[in-house]
Amino acid sequence: MQQAQQGSGAGPENESQAAGGAGASVNFDEMTDVGGSVRPAYADYDGWLGEQDAAALKRKSAEADDSFRRTGITFNVYGEDEAEERLIPFDMVPRIITAAEWRRLTRGIEQRVRALNSFLYDLYHRQEIIRAGRVPERLFRQNEAWLPHMVGFTPPGGIYTHIVGIDLVRTGPDEWFVLEDNARTPSGVSYMLENRETMMAMFPDLFSRVPVEQVSNYPRRLARSLAACAPPACSGKPTVAVLTPGIYNAAYFEHAFLADQMGAELVEGSDLRVVNGRVQMRTTRGYKPIDVIYRRVDDEFLDPLTFHPDSVLGVPGIMDVYRAGGVTIANAPGTGICDDKAIYSFMPEIVEFYTGEKPLLPNVQTWRCADADSLAYVLDNLAELVVKEVHGSGGYGMLIGPTATKKEIREFRAKLEAHPENYIAQPTLSLSTCPIYTKKGLAPRHVDLRPFVLVSPTGIDITPGGLTRVALKKGSLVVNSSQGGGTKDTWVLKD
Amino acid sequence: MLGRTANSLFWMFRYLERSENTARLLEAALRMALTRDVTTAQEEWRSVVSTLGIRQLYQEHHEDFDGQAAWNFVLRDKANPASVREMFAAVRSNARVARTNISSEVWTSVNESYLKLDPMLVRPISQSAVGEVVSTIRRSGTRVHGALDGSMLRNEGFHFARAGTFIERAESTARILDMKYFLLLPSLSYVGSSLDSGQWDQVLRSVAGASAYSWLNAGQIEARGIVEFLILDDRFPRSLAFCRNALRENLAALARMHGDRGSCHELMSDADAHISSLSVDEILERGLHEFLIDFMSRNAAIADAIADDYRFLA
Repeated sequence: MQQAQQGSGAGPENESQAAGGAGASVNFDEMTDVGGSVRPAYADYDGWLGEQDAAALKRKSAEADDSFRRTGITFNVYGEDEAEERLIPFDMVPRIITAAEWRRLTRGIEQRVRALNSFLYDLYHRQEIIRAGRVPERLFRQNEAWLPHMVGFTPPGGIYTHIVGIDLVRTGPDEWFVLEDNARTPSGVSYMLENRETMMAMFPDLFSRVPVEQVSNYPRRLARSLAACAPPACSGKPTVAVLTPGIYNAAYFEHAFLADQMGAELVEGSDLRVVNGRVQMRTTRGYKPIDVIYRRVDDEFLDPLTFHPDSVLGVPGIMDVYRAGGVTIANAPGTGICDDKAIYSFMPEIVEFYTGEKPLLPNVQTWRCADADSLAYVLDNLAELVVKEVHGSGGYGMLIGPTATKKEIREFRAKLEAHPENYIAQPTLSLSTCPIYTKKGLAPRHVDLRPFVLVSPTGIDITPGGLTRVALKKGSLVVNSSQGGGTKDTWVLKD
Repeated sequence: MLGRTANSLFWMFRYLERSENTARLLEAALRMALTRDVTTAQEEWRSVVSTLGIRQLYQEHHEDFDGQAAWNFVLRDKANPASVREMFAAVRSNARVARTNISSEVWTSVNESYLKLDPMLVRPISQSAVGEVVSTIRRSGTRVHGALDGSMLRNEGFHFARAGTFIERAESTARILDMKYFLLLPSLSYVGSSLDSGQWDQVLRSVAGASAYSWLNAGQIEARGIVEFLILDDRFPRSLAFCRNALRENLAALARMHGDRGSCHELMSDADAHISSLSVDEILERGLHEFLIDFMSRNAAIADAIADDYRFLA
């Protein structure tokens, strides 16, 4: 699970109040309007909820945790002594999106993902967007995620980012923003699937009453999408494998889960070898070629010959095979550049440049501290802004002005002044809330949404749903699982 | 299937079997120690620790073979890398590696067993608690085997799991028998006298064979009969003959699925030619200890050959 969300800092329990934290007073609640009436999306759910026995609900809530632990849907946290297995808390109130809202979102997501792929193609070919002066060259020249080895090479089907997670936040009935693009290796899809399974097991009657779009075919859609990207060397039915760093990786559960559901092999670097110009895996019958690798390892762990000559991780020579059309790597090496927050700040220009349209889903307003004027503004308003490192992820290296102490702000100011080009800043948004179940009844908490997008030469496929992350602490805007965040089942209603 | 995954399945079931066998051995020893004087009880714990192959390690940490020290060392001591706690953790991490090749029922039964068992092994185990711990270990094994039997495809993964089970079980029965072979020596010279029936009862209990044996032999504890039962009776699921038959079938299935025989199949045939045809008298005449040593080394060679033939590691 990656990065933190933050928005308005002004929950009642926030101890450090920046004066006039932006948009503090009213959050948009997705279930209930300001007058206290239930919004149409939640009408059926609310009707069902009203009929439930309070004691039974309490029991169900405890059962859910137990079921996650037994199934092993845990992630590893490494402490000083021993690894600890933790659950990401699951909240049993669904996050509900209407069919009409979803249609609007998908149009925006599709446009953005299309632009991301065109941008990546362009960056590694003629760089028209730079020639046109719409994006500065320094953005990628100095970027570690930019891979010179990809220049001039077109991945099979012309697809760079096969699996994308677009992080969205909402501030009002029709106000959705893209907070981040995850084009490298987005995670969390197993939670989308397991949360739904858990909900269906807990409340079967609910699903017979409320028509919800299904998400359970995601693994099949993923398998189909990956198979559609088979490399030129593939003859016959493509062999797909999921490449994992191994059981000690925090997301191993998800890697195994997806491989299992797709009927694909789950391989580690040590299983692979380049034999006869193909990437092959060591099976009990000898080496067998792989056509498509869904990799869940970082670029630098793909090929020691290309990236880290002294590394023992990865598959020596895999990049040569890749460039010769012997294997498809999804997502393509070098796509991580799109996760960069400086690139993010140019997404409106990027979308317009490649699609000829205005972005349907806006960015959150972003100040690039590399610009002198922006920097001056950011330094003057640190207490109200969120400042992020451009290459950072996982919620690290950022400042949430409204909840930061004076000391933290002082320290951050120094870092910012020393290397302004490493930072961007955004206003603290007034994130929407959605109710969670607590012992005292439902209570609103801030949420975000990560829909999962599949890209293949046959098209863009968005599973109706996604991962809703929720800040379980009252007033908190941080939905990170490492910082008290939980997840919810996300429903897209049928028409 | 990946060689690495086959390796994990094989070892997952070896460790599972080993932890279960260890629990049986402890159960029998606990019972035995209660009915004996202190010296004999110490002797018994020494024999348990030796059977498990950790006597030297144990003696580096303990002066004498006190029951409480022994079962804690065997079950959970951090100084013992082959403790049941470590073994069961290895069962689970191997199940994780092989997750895509086991059914979710098998995985869940391993995971739930681990979540129940591991907290029981965190702190020192008292005499009043040890019985519950060993029976939990034993039931965990039973449960995983049940899930495997009832929910797994009979594909190569199943046969690697089974091969690991029977290699380990044969090894365990042979070791237990070998640790007590000296008890048999007097019985060769004068049949039917001065036999320590308590000791033999304990051997049978260690392999969960006491009631099966009594049933077959009308309660007559007799050394020759017990040896025959544990080595040659292919109706008893922990006898060497039974393990050998089962392993032979698993290897044959693997050969069929791969369309090819490997060196493990040759070693199996070779072992069949040399030891499967022996009668109990021939075994005793040649020496039980010699027979068991030969058996165990062939068993280990077959295990190594499986790993080679099916590319477990390279």
